[in-house]
This record gives sequence, structure tokens and C-alpha cells, in this order.
Amino acid sequence: MSKTTATTTITTNSDQVPFFQVRRKLYNIIVRGFLRLTTLVTVGLLIFMIGYILINGLKHLTIPMLTTQSSYIEDTIGIFPNIMNTLYMILISMLIALPLGIGAAVYLNEYATNRRLVTTIEFAAETLTGIPSIVFGLVGMLVFIHLFGLKQGVLAGSLTLVMIILPTIIRTTQESLKSIPDDYRHGSLALGSGKWHMVRTVVLPSAMDGIVTGSILAIGRIVGESAALLFTAGFGLRLNSLFKSLQRSSASLTVALYVYVSERGEMEAGFAIAALLMLITLLLNFAATYFGNKLKKR
Amino acid sequence: MKKLLSLILTAILCLSVMVGATAQEALSGSIATDGSTSMEKVIGILSEQFMIDNPDVAITYNATGSGTGVAAALNGTADIGLASRALKEEEVAQGLKSIVVALDGIAIIVNEKCPVDNLTLQEVADIFTGKITSWKDFGGEGDIACIGREAGSGTRDGFESITKTKDANKLVQELTSTGAVITAVASNASGIGYASSSAVEGQEGIKVLTIDGVECTEENIANGSYLIQRPFNLVVKEGAELPKQVQAFIDFMLSEEAAPLVAKAGAVPPAQPEK
Amino acid sequence: MKMLFFLCGLVSVGFVLCISIYLFVAGIPAFKVIGISDMLFGKVWLPTASTTEPSFGILPFILTSIWGTAGAIMIGVPIGLLTAIYVAKAAPKKVATAIRTSVQLLAGIPSVVYGMIGMVVLVPLIQRTFDLTSGATLMAAIIVLAIMILPSIINVSETALSAVPAEYEEASMALGATKEETWFRVTLPAARSGVATAIVLGIGRAIGEAMAIIMVSGNVANMPGLFKSVRFMTTAIASEMSYAAVGSLHRDALFSIGLVLFLFIMLINLGLKFFIREKKEET
Repeated sequence: MSKTTATTTITTNSDQVPFFQVRRKLYNIIVRGFLRLTTLVTVGLLIFMIGYILINGLKHLTIPMLTTQSSYIEDTIGIFPNIMNTLYMILISMLIALPLGIGAAVYLNEYATNRRLVTTIEFAAETLTGIPSIVFGLVGMLVFIHLFGLKQGVLAGSLTLVMIILPTIIRTTQESLKSIPDDYRHGSLALGSGKWHMVRTVVLPSAMDGIVTGSILAIGRIVGESAALLFTAGFGLRLNSLFKSLQRSSASLTVALYVYVSERGEMEAGFAIAALLMLITLLLNFAATYFGNKLKKR
Repeated sequence: MKKLLSLILTAILCLSVMVGATAQEALSGSIATDGSTSMEKVIGILSEQFMIDNPDVAITYNATGSGTGVAAALNGTADIGLASRALKEEEVAQGLKSIVVALDGIAIIVNEKCPVDNLTLQEVADIFTGKITSWKDFGGEGDIACIGREAGSGTRDGFESITKTKDANKLVQELTSTGAVITAVASNASGIGYASSSAVEGQEGIKVLTIDGVECTEENIANGSYLIQRPFNLVVKEGAELPKQVQAFIDFMLSEEAAPLVAKAGAVPPAQPEK
Repeated sequence: MKMLFFLCGLVSVGFVLCISIYLFVAGIPAFKVIGISDMLFGKVWLPTASTTEPSFGILPFILTSIWGTAGAIMIGVPIGLLTAIYVAKAAPKKVATAIRTSVQLLAGIPSVVYGMIGMVVLVPLIQRTFDLTSGATLMAAIIVLAIMILPSIINVSETALSAVPAEYEEASMALGATKEETWFRVTLPAARSGVATAIVLGIGRAIGEAMAIIMVSGNVANMPGLFKSVRFMTTAIASEMSYAAVGSLHRDALFSIGLVLFLFIMLINLGLKFFIREKKEET
């Protein structure tokens, strides 16, 4: 390194400017420039995408579009069935995944004693996060539809989604449980409560923020998922009640977007769905940050 | 005791509702149709009307391509297979029969900016097999981008058999549905593609070519002068006893009421037996 | 009660086992019938050829996935890493928070929306810029993938960079280095393993993406070329699964592609685990 002058503020001596000092200053300026440039690119891309979709899509998000189903006879397009299908899938997959995930986290954090077991379960959950959605879709089709004999529908789709969101729920619940001071637990046990009672009345309620954050993240993942649902939930665009849709081909919003754009060439409907998805993503993101901050405050 | 009583009462109530429903003899149940993507509009409009008339019937349509549709009809995964081509000999030999529900033309489409309006059948074949590669031969410019369908498509099968270019197509893009081909040609100034005529109606950005001077209209398809055409077939097992709602649906699709719906979907209703 | 929670914990393990077993069970048959080397190294994919023998070579898909991921990493890592450095070190607090939120948003956008924007904006752009007959190419897919992996790279790298002890940086600056020099010569090397994790995460995301690139890559089973229409392992499965008849060799071959994809991912993830463990043992 060049010779230095130790000063309280680290700057280069700008009175006498030998060659390498200039070169260093240039280096710093270029580096800063690059940093700003790349960040601008990242943020710029985001703004462009959000803007482009909203500008082209919001005008097609009309009330008829949102509240009716597509009709060949009337030659109209409506995405209400797809909104309902997405809601059905959120409901059913959360109903299954939340208890399973919270239970697993409680086990890992409160009850487990065998280190090997804990590592195995955590490794399994981590592995699940790395698997691509299309592989989940493939396995979902093989297991739930071919093996279990379900038909393409909301049930098979939701079960596949459970595999995808389980790690998220386990991880966020675990983090939240870890952040609860042991004093809470010791206090409750000292007052004579049993372990399960302690978990139920003291630990879990305090972990609520984390569980809610995890749920919002999971819902975000569900809303955005498409490859896993193609062959498990199907491409159907008709409106069904919750019960009927379990075993009937039901396209979620994302799959509907794919169908309308790629297979039917209906760009307007595509933009409308994209705008709706964008709005939902923004909303969920905002909610997750809000609850995440509440958790951090504690 | 109270719980048991209320449970029994509920059970009886449920049973009575179920009995009441079956006592009505309305058509109910599900019909699974599988197959050609070109037939999407036709099946869509017919099943929509049928479901309005018979609210307890649920008809599902899976766009899997003609090849898979025929296989589904054979192995029972679908009640009705949909094929946008005639059945092959082996398929008939395996015990399938086909019922023509409509005739459909395969439109040859180019981008609206393309200077060409008409091609002969031979020129179309040569373009798709790569013998003619540039629009310059027709007064345009740029290389020709051939956009077609994937391997199992009935539309591709129909196109290739009529143009006699089986397995010899040089495609720049192989898309999985009629709609996708239309979108691709509309966004590519040097594109040429083939798509079901029922799907090209009213689409923007593309132009439908006349073949040997013949326009792709319903009339010309019906009287056979538009050469590139194929039947829309319903495929069922020969001699099988079809469930009530399936048979009723098939009868509906072949009836006179269905004809204007088929026309609205852009295809040509088959000639009615009683004239 | 403990037993109940224990069972919940086992469910994840059960899922992983299930996935592995089923992919093997479904993916092996085609390899047996067609032959492993014919499939893995075969260059021609014509599963439904009727005038010639059908061929099931999946090399085009494997190579396309590899090249596509490599390309996405080459573009995404520099941009992502530099952005992470900016956010972790150079940006004023408020700006940093704003950028972090933007990155989270970027991560949350569904892949089909990426695909749609790619199809409508990127593909025609590439066609015009490079004077091609069609813009639906490997290049388009690489750009879309690069954008998609940015959030993963930025998030993990930023965490790793922020975790570097302040003493390292202070020592460096006390020796006369400027902030910028410190970041690149001290902080970044110190955060090596975190950055490596970020890159591997990006690789995993890129190689597994399907919906975003199915709309922009053209979907013809060619050997990969930057301006050619291509098919990835993921898009091969997604586009042909609906069309392959149940029980056919075609369908089994698609399952085999799924198996190969799964093995790739497992190898990448396990490779990372060993790499990290080695690094930890070194320090």
C-alpha cells in the first residue's frame, strides 16, 4: 500500500497530488459510480415492471371482469372463477400447512432432545426450499392424482402447495419461538403448568406475530405459484363452489394468466390478471413488512 | 343422548335431500372431454349452452392435443376424446369411432405487415419445408419465420398431411396451442403460421391468406373448395354404452340448435341429414 | 402431545423421501427402455415421429439449462453483488431501506408476470435489435432469469456483507485504505461464503424456473445457441406433459427429465453444503 498519513478523517491529501493518489481517487469515483448504476438498474427494473403492468392492466380490471366468468356465448372474459380458485387453494393449503408447520416448529424448539433428529428435520425442510416448483408439480401429479386417485382440482393442488409452503411456516415459527425469552417459559412452569399447557397458553400466543408473518409469506408464495399447479389443479376456467372445485379442474389466477395469454392470445385479460396479481403482491408485501417490524420490535 | 338424537335427525334430513335430488331425473354428473386445442372454442360454446340447459351437469375440457385426446378416449380417462383430424386406421382398429361435430379450415396466417395475400398450396409446402426461405421471392423482405405446433397437435397433423410435408417441417417455433401461434405471428413481421380458422376470426395483427385464390370462409370449407381443412371429431369407444349425460351431450352437439353455436365459434356445422 | 408434534416434524422428512422415491420410480423406466447414454447424450428429441423411429435425446435440454443458468449468473451476480454492496455499505439509511423494500417486491412478483412482460416487451425488442426472425430465444430467457435471481443474490449477499465484523473494516481504514477499497479488498473477501451461498441460491432458482421462460424461449428442441429458439429441462416438462398420453414412453421420458433436473438440484445444494462446511473448518 502507498504511504499514508494518519489523520482523524481518512482522506487523501489533496494539496500535493502524486499520480497514484489521482488513480485512487479515480478508482473510488468509478466504484461509487458503478454501485449507484447497478442499484439504479435493479430499482429501475422494478419500477418499470410495476408501472408497465399497472398502466396496461388497470384499465381492463373492470367490475364485469372481476365478478363474472368467461362466456363463449357472450364472447366475454371474466376472472371471477380464478379469483375464487386461488382463494380456495389458500384456504385449504393453509388449513393443512399451518398446524403441521407450527407443530413441527414447536417440536423442534420446545420438545426435541435428540440433536440428530433436529438436524434431520431441519435439513429436510431446507431441502424442500430448494426444489423447483415444476418438480413439485410432477410429484404432486404422480402422488396425489395417479397414486391417491384424486382428480385434477383444488384438493390435489392444495396438497402440492402444502409441500411448498411448509418450510416457510416452520422456519418463521421457529424464529419467532426462539425470540421468546426463556423466562416466560420458566415462569409458567414454576407456577405449576404442564409443558403442553405452557406452550399453549404462554409460548404460542407470544409467537403470534411470527406465525402471522410466516402465513403472509406463505400466502404470497401460494398466490404466485403456477408451475406446481398446472398438472395438479388443472386449467379449468369455470366457476365452482368450494366443495365441487376440490375435484374439478380449476385454474388459479396465475395459471389463468398463462392460459389466456399463451393459448388464447387474449392480451387484455392477461394484463388485467397481471395487474391484479401485482396489486395483491404489493399488499401482501406491505402486510408482511408491517408484521415483521412488529416482531422485530419485541 | 341429546347428541345422538340430533345426529340421527341430521342423518335422516341429509338422506331425504339426496333422495329428493335423484327423484327428479334431471341430467346430472360429469362429462370429461380431452383433446384438441383447436376445438376449444367449439367445445367451449357447446358445453356452456348445455350446462345452462342442464345445471347439474359439469363438463370439463382439457386441452391436451388430438393425439392425447384419442388415447384418453381409448383408456377411459375421458368420456369424449376430441380430435381435430380423422382417426387413423390403427385407432379405428382399437375400437374407436368418430363423430364429426364440425368442419374446420386451417388458416394460413401471416403478419398484417406482410405484402403477400395469396399463396399456392405448393408454395406453402415449400416455405414450411425450408425450400423457400425468404420473403424476397414474394416481393417482401427478410427471412421467413415458420411458426407451427407441437408434435401431438391435430392441427399440425392436418396441415402436414394436406401439404404432404410430414415430419419435414423446419419450424422456428413450436408452440403448444392455436392461440399461441396466432400471438406469435401477430408479433413477428416475418412470421407465417397455421391455425384453426375458428380461432383466427377477429384476431388483430394477422392476415389470413387465400390459398390458390380461395378464401378461408365457412362456405368454401363446406363446399370443399378451401383445401386445407379437417373435421372436428368426437371420439368414443365403438359400441360402448355411454352414460346418460354423455349421450345427451353428443345428441345436443349434433342437433340443429347447436349449428348456430358452432358457426359462432367459427367452424362449419356438418351438413344436416334432413334438408 | 410430544408425539403429535414429533409427527408434524417428520412430515417434512416424509415429503422429501416421497419426492425422491417417486421421481426415481417414475424416471427410471424410460432410461431402461431407451438406454441411459442414448437419452442423456442423444441430440435429437422427436418423441412422436411417425415416419421415422422416435428419438428421445435430452441433451439439448440439459445443455440449454446449463447455458441458460450460466448466462443468468454472469449477468445477475455482478449486478446483484454490486447492489448488495451499495445497500449494505454505501447507501444512506433511508435509501437502503427503500431499496431493500424494492428488492422484496421484485422477489414477490409471480413468475408468469415476468414471463408475460418478457413476451410483450423483451422478445420484440430482441428481434428488432438483433434483426432476427423471432426474438423468442435463449438470450431472452437469460435476461429474464437474470432479473429473477437478483433478489436472492442481493438479499443473501447483503446479509453476509453486513455480518462482516466492523473491526475488519476499521482496521483496513486505519491502515489508510479508502472506504471503497475496503469494501472490495476486505469486506467482500471476508463475506466469501455468504456470497457463495447467494450464488448457489441463484443457480438453484435459475435452473428450476419454468413459467417465466416458457413464454420467451421459443420452445423448439434445438441444441442451445444464444439466438436460437430453445427448450429447457423445465419447459420441456411443462409444455409436453399435457400432450403425452398416460402410460406412453413419451410421458415416461418426461419423468426422466424431471429426475435429471432433481439430481442436478440435489448435487448443487449438497455441493454447497460441503463447500460451506469446509470453509467453516478452515476459519
